[in-house]
Amino acid sequence: MTSETTDFLLIDEMLSDEERMVRDTVRGFVDEKVIPTIADDFEQAEAPMHLVREMGEMGIIGATLPQEYGCPGSSYVVYGLIQQELERGDSGIRSFNSVQSSLVMYPICEYGSEEQKRHWLPGLARGEKIGCFGLTEADHGSDPGGMKTRAVKDGASYVLNGSKMWITNGNVADVAVVWAKLDGEVRGFLVEKGTPGFTANLIKHKMSLRASVTSELVFEDCRIPAENLLPKSGGLRSPLGCLDKARYGIAWGATGSAMACYEASVRYAKERTQFDKPIGSFQLVQRKLALMLTEITAAQLLNLRVGRLKDEGKGRHQHTSMAKMNATSKALEIARMARDLHGANGISLEYPIIRHMNNLESVHTYEGTYDIHLLILGHEITGIPAFR
Amino acid sequence: MDILVCMKQVPDTETKIVINPEGTGIVTDGIKYVMNPYDEFAVEEALKIKEKMGGTVTIVSMGPQRATEAIRTALAMGADKGVHLCDDAFEGADSYSTAKALAAAIKPLSYDIILGGKQAVDHDNAQVYAALAELLDISHVSIVTQLDVAEDGKSAVAQREVEGGAREVIEVSLPAFIACQKGLNEPRYASLPGIMKAKKKPIDVIDLAKSGLSADEVGEKGAKLKIRKFFLPPEREAGKILEGEPEELATQLVKLLREEAKAI
Ligand SMILES: Cc1cc2nc3c(=O)[nH]c(=O)nc-3n(C[C@H](O)[C@H](O)[C@H](O)COP(=O)(O)OP(=O)(O)OC[C@H]3O[C@@H](n4cnc5c(N)ncnc54)[C@H](O)[C@@H]3O)c2cc1C
Ligand SMILES: Cc1cc2nc3c(=O)[nH]c(=O)nc-3n(C[C@H](O)[C@H](O)[C@H](O)COP(=O)(O)OP(=O)(O)OC[C@H]3O[C@@H](n4cnc5c(N)ncnc54)[C@H](O)[C@@H]3O)c2cc1C
Repeated sequence: MTSETTDFLLIDEMLSDEERMVRDTVRGFVDEKVIPTIADDFEQAEAPMHLVREMGEMGIIGATLPQEYGCPGSSYVVYGLIQQELERGDSGIRSFNSVQSSLVMYPICEYGSEEQKRHWLPGLARGEKIGCFGLTEADHGSDPGGMKTRAVKDGASYVLNGSKMWITNGNVADVAVVWAKLDGEVRGFLVEKGTPGFTANLIKHKMSLRASVTSELVFEDCRIPAENLLPKSGGLRSPLGCLDKARYGIAWGATGSAMACYEASVRYAKERTQFDKPIGSFQLVQRKLALMLTEITAAQLLNLRVGRLKDEGKGRHQHTSMAKMNATSKALEIARMARDLHGANGISLEYPIIRHMNNLESVHTYEGTYDIHLLILGHEITGIPAFR
Repeated sequence: MDILVCMKQVPDTETKIVINPEGTGIVTDGIKYVMNPYDEFAVEEALKIKEKMGGTVTIVSMGPQRATEAIRTALAMGADKGVHLCDDAFEGADSYSTAKALAAAIKPLSYDIILGGKQAVDHDNAQVYAALAELLDISHVSIVTQLDVAEDGKSAVAQREVEGGAREVIEVSLPAFIACQKGLNEPRYASLPGIMKAKKKPIDVIDLAKSGLSADEVGEKGAKLKIRKFFLPPEREAGKILEGEPEELATQLVKLLREEAKAI
C-alpha cells in the first residue's frame, strides 16, 4: 500500500465531523487560492493581502474569540486545524492569521475595554482591518522584559518612545498592539496607523517568510489618547499570554508545512528515477520517508492532545512549549530531508520544498526560540530556571 | 422564494478509479466523497437568489448514509435544511429511478425554482434533471451559465451554452428546473460559523416507506437500464523511438503508420 496521506494513525477518527469539515474547507481554500501563486509571491517578496478578506469571509480569523464580537467562538482544536492547513500552503499566510488572531485580537479581547473590543474586533475578524503585535526589539528578543520602549502619561495622553523590530504585518497594519513600560511595568497600547510620531519601515533582504510583511516600528514622541491603553494588561504575563495562544497554533502550522514537504517527497520518490529505478526503491530514500511520516504523526498527536487540554481548560503554557518546540524542529528536519530527497530540484521554487524549509527557519525562531522552549521545559522538570 | 437544490455526493474528481474484480462497480474503499462540483454552482446560485429575494434553500439528495456529509457541507455554505432520500431500496438506481425518487420527495414540498448541476461527475449521464422536470411537469433549462430571476419570482431568464461558444437566451416561467454549468458563479467556501450552525440545521430523512413509492419503482429494480460491465481503457503502451538518418526515419514512420497503426 503506497499512501501519500499523512493520516497514518487514523487521527481523523479523533476529530469531530465539524472539525474535519473546517479542516477540509480550509484545505480546499489553500489548494485553490494559495498554492497556485505562492511561489511567485515568495520570489517577489509580496504578501498575498487579497486573501485576508477571503479569510475574513470564511470566518477563520480570531476563530476562538466570542461571537458577541463578531467572531466564531470556536475551539482551540479548530483553530489549530486552520493554522495547520494555512501553513500547508505557506508559513507567511499562517503567520498573518496567527498574528491577527492570537496576538492582536486576543489581547484586545482579553485585556481591552468594552469600547476597544466593540471598536476593533468585528472589523479585524472580517479582515477589513489588519493588526500587528510589537513586543520584540532589536536588542531584546528572547528577553522581552528588558525592553527599552517607554510610555509616559501626559494629561489625557500617553507618549511613546522607542522601537520594535521584526514585527509581522507592521507596514500593513491599521492598529499596532505595542508593549511598552509605563512606570516600569509592561503594558499594552493600541497605536493606530497614521498617528504622528509612529512610522513603520519594511524589513528587506529576508530569505525566509518572504510572502509575509515584516517591519520595524518606530515611536518618536508618539502621542496616543489615554483610552488606547489596554486597561487590563499588566506585566510581562500579558504579552506572554498572547504568545501562548499563537505558539500553540504555530505547532499545528509547522506540522502543516511538514505535511506539504512529505507529500511532495512521496510523489517525487515515486516519479523520479535514477539508476533505472524510482528513487523511492532505495533504502536511504525510504528511510527518509519513514522518519518523516513518523515525526508528522507524533506531532499531530501531540498538537491534538495539547489542543484538547486547552479546550478542557487544562492547558498549561509548558504544554504549548513542548508542542511548539517539537513541531517546529521536526518540521525543519523534515523540510531539510525533503530538500535532499529532491536533489537539485529541492533548491528551486518550482517545488515547494525550499520555500517551506526557509520559512521554517523563522518559525523555529519566532515566538520563543527552540532553545528557549527547551529551557521552559527544563525549568518545569527541575524547578530551576536556567535562562539567566 | 422556496428554492430547492438537487445535490449528489460523488467521488472526489482526483480519485484514482479502480474497478472491482466482478466488473460491476468501482472499489469504494478509501474513496473521498465530495459534493458534485456542478451542484456547487447550484447551491451558490440558490444562496444568491435567497440573499436577493429572501426565502429558504432546501437541499434534496439521494444517497447512502455518507451523503449526509455533502448535505451538511451545503448547509454550512448557507442552505437552510436538507431532505435525504436514504434507503437500501434506492441503491443501484439509474437516471430514471433516481428522478422518480427525487420527484416523490419533492412533490409534497413547496417550491418556486429547482436548481441542480448539469450532470453528476460520477456517471456523467446528465439525464436526471430532464426526467425529474418531466415527472414534476415543469420546464427545464440545461447547461445554464447565467440566471436572472424576475422580481416577482414568476419567471426567469437563463443563458445557456450552445455549440461554438454561442449563447441562447431563454425565458422560462417558474417553477422550473435549472441545470447549472461552470461559469454561472464562483461557489463560496463554507464559513466557520456556517459549519458550526450546520450541525443544528434539520435534515429530513426519507426512506422507502416515507417516499410513498414501492420497492420495484426505485433503485436497481426501478431502473430502465442495467449496467452490464465497467472497464477501464487499456493502459497506454510505451511509445516507440525510431533511430537513424532523417530519410530512413521518414520511411520507417510511414511504414509503421500504414502497417501497424493503420492510420494512413
Ligand atoms: C519573520 C519574523 C517575524 C517576527 N514577527 C514578530 C512579531 O510579529 N512580533 C514580535 O514581537 N516579534 C516578532 N519576531 C521576533 C521573534 O519573536 C524573535 O526573533 C525571537 O523572539 C528571538 O529573538 P532574537 O531574534 O532577538 O534572538 P535572541 O534572543 O538574540 O537569541 C539569539 C540566540 O540566543 C539564544 N538565547 C537567547 N537567550 C538565551 C538563554 N537565556 N539561554 C540560552 N540561549 C539563549 C536563542 O535561543 C537564539 O538561539 C519575528 C521574527 C521573525 C524572524
Ligand atoms: C546550484 C547547482 C549547481 C549545479 N552545477 C552543476 C554543474 O556545474 N555541472 C553538473 O554536471 N551538475 C551540476 N549540478 C547538478 C548536481 O550535481 C546534481 O543535482 C546532483 O548530482 C544530484 O542529482 P539530482 O539533482 O539529479 O538528484 P537525484 O540524483 O535525482 O537524487 C535525488 C535523491 O535521491 C537520492 N538517490 C539517488 N540515487 C540513489 C541511490 N542509488 N541510493 C540512495 N539514494 C539515492 C539522492 O541522494 C537524493 O537525495 C548542480 C546542482 C545545483 C543545485
